[in-house]
Amino acid sequence: MAINYSEKIPNNVDLSSDKRLQRALERWQPAYIQWWKETGPSDFNDADVYLRTAVSVDREGWAQFGHVKMPDYRWGIFLAERDKDRTIPFGDHAGEPVWQEVPGEYRNALRRLIVTQADTEPASVEQQRLLGHTAPSLYDMRNLFQVNVEEGRHLWAMVYLLHSYFGKDGREEAEELLERRSGNPDHPRILTTFNEPVEDWLSFFCFTTFTDRDGKYQLLALAESGFDPLARTCRFMLTEEAHHMFVGQTGINRVIKRTIEVMNEHPGHDVREYGAIPLEMIQKWVNRWSSSSLDLFGAEISSNASTFFAEGLKGRAYEEKKYEDHKALDEAYEIDVWTGERITKEEVPLRNAMNEVLRTDYIEDNRRQVEVWNKTLERAGVDFRMEYPHRRFNRKIGMYANGHFDPQGNPVSAEEWNANKALWLPTPEDEAYVKSLMVKVHEPGKIAGWIAPPSKGINGQPFDFEYVKL
Amino acid sequence: MENPPVAESSTLPEPVNFETHPDQYRHWSLEVEGDRARLTLAVQEEAGLRPGYVLKLNSYDLGVDVELNDAIRRLRFEHPQVRVVTITGGLDRCFCAGANIMMLRSSPHGFKVNFCKFTNETRCQLEDASAHSGFRFLSAVNGACAGGGYELALACDRIVLVDDRSSTVSFPETPLLGVLPGTGGLTRLVDKRKVRRDLADVFSTTAEGIKGKRALRWGLVDALAPLSKFEEEVRRHEEELKAETPDKSDRSGIVLSALEPTESGDTVRYRHVTLTLDPEARTARVLVEAPADAACPADGEAARALGDTWWIFRAFREIEDALLRLRINRPDIGLVLLETKGDIATVLAADQLMESQQSHWFVHEVRNFIKIVLKRLDLTAKSLFAIVGEGSCFGGTLLELALAADRIYAINDPDVEVRMAVSSLNGGAYPMANGLTRLQTRFLGTPDQTKRVLGESSPFDIDTAEDLGLTTSAPDSIDWEDELRVAIEERVSFSPDALTGMEANLRFAGPETLETKIFGRLTAWQNWIFQRPNAVGKRGALSCYGTPNRPELDYQRT
Ligand SMILES: [Fe+2]
Ligand SMILES: [Fe+2]
Repeated sequence: MAINYSEKIPNNVDLSSDKRLQRALERWQPAYIQWWKETGPSDFNDADVYLRTAVSVDREGWAQFGHVKMPDYRWGIFLAERDKDRTIPFGDHAGEPVWQEVPGEYRNALRRLIVTQADTEPASVEQQRLLGHTAPSLYDMRNLFQVNVEEGRHLWAMVYLLHSYFGKDGREEAEELLERRSGNPDHPRILTTFNEPVEDWLSFFCFTTFTDRDGKYQLLALAESGFDPLARTCRFMLTEEAHHMFVGQTGINRVIKRTIEVMNEHPGHDVREYGAIPLEMIQKWVNRWSSSSLDLFGAEISSNASTFFAEGLKGRAYEEKKYEDHKALDEAYEIDVWTGERITKEEVPLRNAMNEVLRTDYIEDNRRQVEVWNKTLERAGVDFRMEYPHRRFNRKIGMYANGHFDPQGNPVSAEEWNANKALWLPTPEDEAYVKSLMVKVHEPGKIAGWIAPPSKGINGQPFDFEYVKL
Repeated sequence: MENPPVAESSTLPEPVNFETHPDQYRHWSLEVEGDRARLTLAVQEEAGLRPGYVLKLNSYDLGVDVELNDAIRRLRFEHPQVRVVTITGGLDRCFCAGANIMMLRSSPHGFKVNFCKFTNETRCQLEDASAHSGFRFLSAVNGACAGGGYELALACDRIVLVDDRSSTVSFPETPLLGVLPGTGGLTRLVDKRKVRRDLADVFSTTAEGIKGKRALRWGLVDALAPLSKFEEEVRRHEEELKAETPDKSDRSGIVLSALEPTESGDTVRYRHVTLTLDPEARTARVLVEAPADAACPADGEAARALGDTWWIFRAFREIEDALLRLRINRPDIGLVLLETKGDIATVLAADQLMESQQSHWFVHEVRNFIKIVLKRLDLTAKSLFAIVGEGSCFGGTLLELALAADRIYAINDPDVEVRMAVSSLNGGAYPMANGLTRLQTRFLGTPDQTKRVLGESSPFDIDTAEDLGLTTSAPDSIDWEDELRVAIEERVSFSPDALTGMEANLRFAGPETLETKIFGRLTAWQNWIFQRPNAVGKRGALSCYGTPNRPELDYQRT
């Protein structure tokens, strides 16, 4: 069966002459489409969606817009351009030429890293699969689907690495990526956060702000990898991740805007009477999703993280630009250790603290984002300020999972925690309220009452453009 | 395995206590429900035996295994009606991550070896209970199962692995730590489960392990169970395993009370056993006394009624405790003198009952227990001399203590009345790890000699003992003290390492079994690897694990 690969699968990896990859994809591609049709936004398989497709990595190619049915989307394989002189940026091999093939002794570790990252991509599509039914506008629906197809493409990108560099094991792992399911009791996705359902749009915006930003930082760390194909793959993925965070950040901002409007129109009233979401409630959603996303960085002190760094497999974000000492061997890192009673400072070898280093950068980035929302509040003359919760708050993984902490990071007793939980995290009533607002608005130019329209449309199109033809 | 690095400490600050009780367990829980029992591992991270390591992900140290050892013991004596025991992990999607690496790294070499030996013995006891006491063990692997965790599973009769498309069983020791799975893992893999050697090779070098379907195909596990039906499936396997065992509902257990010896200075005094240490001479004395006032129970049920107060049972529990203390807490002791005191008739009466009532579960269990303690003695890495002196009672079951010794010194003097004796129990009740009796092993080349010894129907004097080949040296009372002194002084002057190796070689003549392989390989290979710079040198794999440094290996093969 002759397939025109570059037509069907846009790529810059010379797929048409790569027999091994072709053979692997012949099996995997139909399974992927089947997966998409079953567990993607399946009720919208026939809708024409105004999507961006990457057909090449250059300026014109990476963002081509047009209406397309999602199962026909051309998921492609793209790596950032190769730098012929690139050397391993960090770890014990720093300065040696990067690897174009997987070094045998790191094969298993690399495969593990890639599978763990890959698993999150289809997971998020599964988590978000029903949101199309309650999209507040066609513009938002289109953004959701854009995020979904790109997460699908990220899966392709990772599967490309598994197929091309990890032989039979890699092909098996690629198949299993389509077998695990978010929230499935028998074969769940690997990481807990990716098994939590995303059932309302406020959660979706939080997810794309905080969880996709975790994706960004994991990709930044992998983009430094000494295994060059992985580094190049991740660099290209980062361009797409930026859009996902844009959807989240602007989404929350628009919810805040709408709430402010209602507050101004009906001073002294509960905004709920007019179908908006109280700012305190938005804060609770922020608290929930930011804490569960912080868990994704793993344990504070980690021998795995140390090994990955030492071996040149996973670095720090912006390793080459930001740091001078790329060996990180003699430095110590101060960590707040929870003893079960109090917080003490402890110095650990920097390499063992690499998860924490990455988490700290990530937190800074989130703080800047929260400040953008606060600017909106400030400009509107509202006193309320959003807060990014402390890294110790509501953790399920790592040493802070063994204690209770308020959103400012202060230790609290179990009683205090239970007494205040409803102030910090969504209650069933909050969830019921937000869910009650989730009604579909499928008419071009119209928008639900709990969110403001965007300041501009996609690719220069107006807001009332028919982004999705149902 | 996520722990901060710690430095090696050279001594054990606190002696380890081998006595515990389910009420005091910190890591295991034992639930018994009719003929089913469940052992659940939920290790308390901060409750290690020593400071300096955190027991993450259900990783274990000696304290965790002491509880497991206790639980198996109690199942056999306190809950004999139990037919199937399920071992599972009590943490979310985590079965057991194996021995704690930071604990191993920070332990002196001798402790590492003795730790491995103890955990090996515990696992062998699981298999022993399955082979001899109508128990079946099911390993319900509900999540991550690595290293010693998988070795524990291997010791069970059946392994069910959760099939969640990500949980694996693994032996990461070689690729990650530069050591071996030290609890009989490799041997059980190819010898017990008969996994093909090349697949075992791939398995043992793949740090992340092997997942469900392939693990089943390779014979690493017996069955898979989906996450949502895990409990249901475990129940089904329990029922299947139960069907392999006899109904034991008519057995009612006894209570094992604590031994609680009194300790003063260098003496540990139990009811029937006294352990006396002489650190300066690097020797210890284990004296076993057959009580003068012991009325022999009339039958098995009467023995059961005596329970843990039956002297022969109690004495061996005390010997075991003394041996474990010597092994773990007293590396400075090189030579153990085994002595007995009392009326040989008391011992032979107990033996007579143990022979005639062997079909009673409790008697059967006591015989079996004595067998296990004697095996611990065989495996104790200290020189053993039996001292057959005046007033001693090395007969039948207690003769086994002498037969386990590297040498037997007996006083042979017309003015000193000393008798030794055999009973039918010397003919097969207490096989060694090699499957033979101590007499058979002793007279490997002259099987008739074994028959001759067993033919001695009543106690005999030392002349006869010499003639039967039971004594190494039999001086008269004039030479006795001096000869003993010289022998002891000479023995403790030799290299302890060479002695350990020599004794282990000489003690286990005869055929290889799974058990001899497990312990032999441990002594030979693991002992060696644990000493090598590639494991414990400054840049050895074990030393570097969890630190910022990567190992630097010396690639010369030996
Ligand atoms: Fe992604
Ligand atoms: Fe994303």
